Amino acid sequence: MMALHTSREPGELDKKESELRAAFLYQVSNIPGGEKIKKCIQCGTCTGSCPVSYTMDISPREIIALFRAGDLESIFFSRTIWICASCYACTVRCPQGIKVTDILYALKRMAMEKDLFPKKLPVYALSRSFVSMSNLFGRSYEIGLLLLYYLKTKPLKLFSLLPLGYKLMKKGRIGVLPKRVKRRKELSKILKEAEIMEMIVPVTALPKKESGALV
Amino acid sequence: MSYIYYPGCSLESSGKSYDRSTRWVFKKLGQELTELEDWNCCGATMYMSIKETISLVFSARNLALAERMDGDLVAPCSSCYTILNKTNHILKDNFILKAKVNQSLKRDGLEYNLKVNVRHPLDVLVNDIGIEAIKAKVMRSLKGIKIAQYYGCQIVRPDGVFDDKENPKTMDLLFETLGAENVDFSMKVRCCGGMLMTTFPDVALKLNKEILECATENGADCVITTCPLCQINLDGYQDKINKRYNTNFKIPILFFTQLLAFALGADRYETGFEHNLIEVGEKITGGLV
Repeated sequence: MMALHTSREPGELDKKESELRAAFLYQVSNIPGGEKIKKCIQCGTCTGSCPVSYTMDISPREIIALFRAGDLESIFFSRTIWICASCYACTVRCPQGIKVTDILYALKRMAMEKDLFPKKLPVYALSRSFVSMSNLFGRSYEIGLLLLYYLKTKPLKLFSLLPLGYKLMKKGRIGVLPKRVKRRKELSKILKEAEIMEMIVPVTALPKKESGALV
Repeated sequence: MSYIYYPGCSLESSGKSYDRSTRWVFKKLGQELTELEDWNCCGATMYMSIKETISLVFSARNLALAERMDGDLVAPCSSCYTILNKTNHILKDNFILKAKVNQSLKRDGLEYNLKVNVRHPLDVLVNDIGIEAIKAKVMRSLKGIKIAQYYGCQIVRPDGVFDDKENPKTMDLLFETLGAENVDFSMKVRCCGGMLMTTFPDVALKLNKEILECATENGADCVITTCPLCQINLDGYQDKINKRYNTNFKIPILFFTQLLAFALGADRYETGFEHNLIEVGEKITGGLV
């Protein structure tokens, strides 16, 4: 939670929080209709619709409340954004039209970018493994992805996957060799350029000096 | 109308039977599916979690390739379908991101001008080809088969392009017309957990148990689905669920195109039944394939 410092005005954020917030607001501004986050009425429909909210430490409704309170770090270190399975139940039911799922995506990206997330949660490792496979082959490579992921996180668990792996293999459902796109060289050129594009933040989205105002 | 076919990565390996039966059904109905030349992964939910612009570029490369061809882009995997549609939405709404994406695509002489319509084969089959036209070609009745119609989350959400977000009925109508019986199935758009089966297996096992429970308690002989991830979660983990929850599930999980192919007279290979882990038994096939 935000510490109380007497040197700041009520509602004013410290430097780190205001930088985080500005970066997050930029991410949210890329979501069509992202500004609707201001309209949350804290009704809890998102939490009630979520099939996995029972196992979250901070509910989706509370995520929005914490954001308004200026406490992004608590959000990043919660289980919540990492356990969202992206099923969009909250998004379609929100009476205010807030795209909760997309906001959680933006929060995930922010957390990884700023390196602020619980390292023991496995989602990051899976996403990273997925990205390296896709960049390498242009297509996802299921077996390679799972091997890489388990080697990174819990190598011993690989043994418990053997029975299912064996069954899938027997039924011809495992692609042993990776499938690749033909124009791999050109694809990596595209991706290199995209990486540069990723870093460009338009001037209009840069943090304003007085970014302490609450949403 | 011609259709461009985007199989997606899953349909090349774990979802093989979805690929085979979809191609077969379209051919049987006299519709040509032309595979998108040199397509790449759509980026799925995982790329979106790491980098925004790059994930959009990944997905938009396919759209740019499709734009050079004629027709709608048909994506059977629910996740690919949602991601490709979402890319269209984001790029339409945000000219800065569109410029960034096109700047990147230019490195291989590609450009995307937002002209591609992304469709799901279920939508195409029912709304373009039509249930009556399908019925006219049916060779085997599905009478007596009780189905739990499992749409999963990604096909109708977030946008509900061709059906209701909470209570879709396209698949129900299709199979009802072909003689099957749809059981009450309140979990039809509930999430299976997707990749949580890898990252948080305890959570995902519970979700899948609830879906299987709802289907079997309502008397379903099989569950049919539109999504490769739902299929593998429900099909591949029944043993594990039975062990953990002391249950007795042994219910076949089919791609909707597999059952449709069966009704249209496909043989065992063409339906892809051989790839199902929980065997598609006589209750469904009547010993015919």
